[in-house]
Amino acid sequence: MRKWTRVGAGVFGAIVALSACSSGTGSGAGTQAPKEASGPVTLSYAVWDANQKPVMEELAAEFSKANPTVKVQVQLTPWADYWTKLKAAATGGAAPDVFWMNGPNFQLYASNGVIRPIEEQVDASVYPKPLVDLYTYQGKLYGLPKDMDTIGVWYNKTLFDAAGVPYPKDGWTWTDFQQAAAKLTDAGKGVYGTAAQLGSFQEYQYNTITQAGGYVISPDGRKSGYDDPKTIAGLKFWTDLITAKHSPDLKTMTDTTPLQLFEAGKIAMYWGGSWNVTEFSGNDYTKDKVDVAPLPKGEKQATIIHGVANVMSAKTAHPAEAWSFVKFLGSKQAADLLGKKGPIPAYTGTQGDWVGAHPEFKLQTFLDAVSYAAPFPVSKNTAAWNEAELTQLTKAWTGEVPVEQAAATLAATMNDLLAKE
Amino acid sequence: MTLTTTRSGAAHAAPVKGKDRSRRSEALWGLAFIAPTGLGLAVFYLWPVLQTAYFSLTEWGAFGGHTWTGFDNYLRLAGDPEVGQALRNTLLYTALGLAAIPLAIVFAALLNVKGLRGVGAYRTLFFLPVVTMPVAIAMVWRWLYNGDYGLINHLLALVGLDGPNWVSDPATALYALVVVGVWSSLGYNLIIFLAGMQAIPKEYYEAAAIDGAGPIRQFFKVTVPLLSPTAFFVSVVSVIGSLQLFDLVYVMSGSGAAARANPAFPRLQTVVQLFYDRAFVTNDRGYAAAIVMMLLVIIIALTVLQFRLQRRWVHYG
Repeated sequence: MRKWTRVGAGVFGAIVALSACSSGTGSGAGTQAPKEASGPVTLSYAVWDANQKPVMEELAAEFSKANPTVKVQVQLTPWADYWTKLKAAATGGAAPDVFWMNGPNFQLYASNGVIRPIEEQVDASVYPKPLVDLYTYQGKLYGLPKDMDTIGVWYNKTLFDAAGVPYPKDGWTWTDFQQAAAKLTDAGKGVYGTAAQLGSFQEYQYNTITQAGGYVISPDGRKSGYDDPKTIAGLKFWTDLITAKHSPDLKTMTDTTPLQLFEAGKIAMYWGGSWNVTEFSGNDYTKDKVDVAPLPKGEKQATIIHGVANVMSAKTAHPAEAWSFVKFLGSKQAADLLGKKGPIPAYTGTQGDWVGAHPEFKLQTFLDAVSYAAPFPVSKNTAAWNEAELTQLTKAWTGEVPVEQAAATLAATMNDLLAKE
Repeated sequence: MTLTTTRSGAAHAAPVKGKDRSRRSEALWGLAFIAPTGLGLAVFYLWPVLQTAYFSLTEWGAFGGHTWTGFDNYLRLAGDPEVGQALRNTLLYTALGLAAIPLAIVFAALLNVKGLRGVGAYRTLFFLPVVTMPVAIAMVWRWLYNGDYGLINHLLALVGLDGPNWVSDPATALYALVVVGVWSSLGYNLIIFLAGMQAIPKEYYEAAAIDGAGPIRQFFKVTVPLLSPTAFFVSVVSVIGSLQLFDLVYVMSGSGAAARANPAFPRLQTVVQLFYDRAFVTNDRGYAAAIVMMLLVIIIALTVLQFRLQRRWVHYG
């Protein structure tokens, strides 16, 4: 216990120390700095997914084949430490040359000048528009989308069969979903129709808010949408399911996550991402019992789309090489390779291999969703109001405070935070 | 050192000068020997502390670049309900942890009984949690405490009781945490008490026995008073450790940002966790620095208080 808290304090101390000697030790690339001649250059490339590290290394090798003078060193930092480490490195002026970026963090890095905008004119129409918008700040594109994910309803066919409920069809509605959830719930067996998860807005609240016609943040990123009645309708969709006992209560979902409940056959419909394919095809229980359907329609059909992009450090010693690597990673050639082994590539028309890899699931669902996908809500300091979302909405999820009231408090808190950005 | 040089500079007899020189060289050697530790301490502890104190008076963004804001962070601290809440939880946790110290004395006394069979095995069992990773401990307890599938509620169900969701029910969460905290530090405290007991001379017990004191009376009249210096040490260390509580809560309340989706979070949040959230999650580092400075002052104050109070209850030999 003591040791660990000391480590925590040490990390902070280290960051403080890092910022003090801001020149840093360089990221392996900065030390050589050949200015004119095309001498051998090593680029550092930071990623957070251990599963994708081999593919990234393959891509790096492919790039070096075409550019023999440039070597790429893939650096893996697990997700839990990725942003903490990156922030410390960037503060000390030693960020990797090229690195993975996500939506919630993007504007923070762009607005602080930590990443470099793309100067060359690129054809961005080959990527889904919401992803290009996600990585555009003040009219400038900063990163090329690498992969993408959308949301679907994973359902347990065995539980549907047992309850005599037909499988979800394309174009089904909120009412269809609610009715199915009611029929699938079997209190005696501890089985629930669905689970109204709170901790992961990308798969839950953001989707229903958009489907209800509401919004989380105004397009200019200045105003919260949580006091909009339609946004509140998108939240009530979930709290009503808890009240009706068609979803476990928040305490139960805190003790045992909805994913664990779904994989134990206790939840019939689980809202999850395209990234869950790996999990569900590998799990002994789910691999032959589940399939995926599109999200039900509210006032309109919608899913949240998100994807990782490759960005360049503003302080890279090799801007030309870094850009040519990012450009390569955003190319069709790279996407084709990624699609065989990794997540869904963002490059339009290269997703066939990804869909074909698991014929047991209707994976085309996730690609069809791109046509009606809505962007992931972000601002300059997304993390600040993400915390407020949890703090305020927990009270609505437990039933301690009415949804309208929690949402109003949240909107006020979020507006304050946005004003400070 | 400056004192000795000025003195040797005065017109004194040669032998005194020689003595001074040897004393000075001794002092230099002493300094040389503590230099590695001293330097490390200065660079890795003292300097960051000073920097943190400075940053607590600034607004500090995600990537450095700070602006002076004077005492704004401290004013905000005073009016922040989350700080009050975290402070209450932390102090309650500390107080309950302190109240559990006698438990370690009792177990140490039991393990100190002469001729106890399998004493090595018992001592190992009690000490095991101390050498186990806190994160692993927290994960296992999280499962034990699970409301629907946990072992504890399963056992309670066998006797017809319906147990709560221990770590996600605001009414039980903090106490559930205290149990794990006490359990995991019991072995450490116990070993220290055991060492303290074994340092008590046998003659005292013999004398007490001749005077007609039984084992219970001997425990309270001989062991407990002579163990008070050890108890003092344990309580100082335990208070500091409890005030810095972080990892156990971090894992048991649901790991990272999602922890806030735990309905019991307001009862579990500790000062260090709040500091972590401000420093690393919401990019509010100047304010985070103010939070740890507050914790530093509290730790120093409580430790000084304990040293003051020791006169009243600690007997040295």
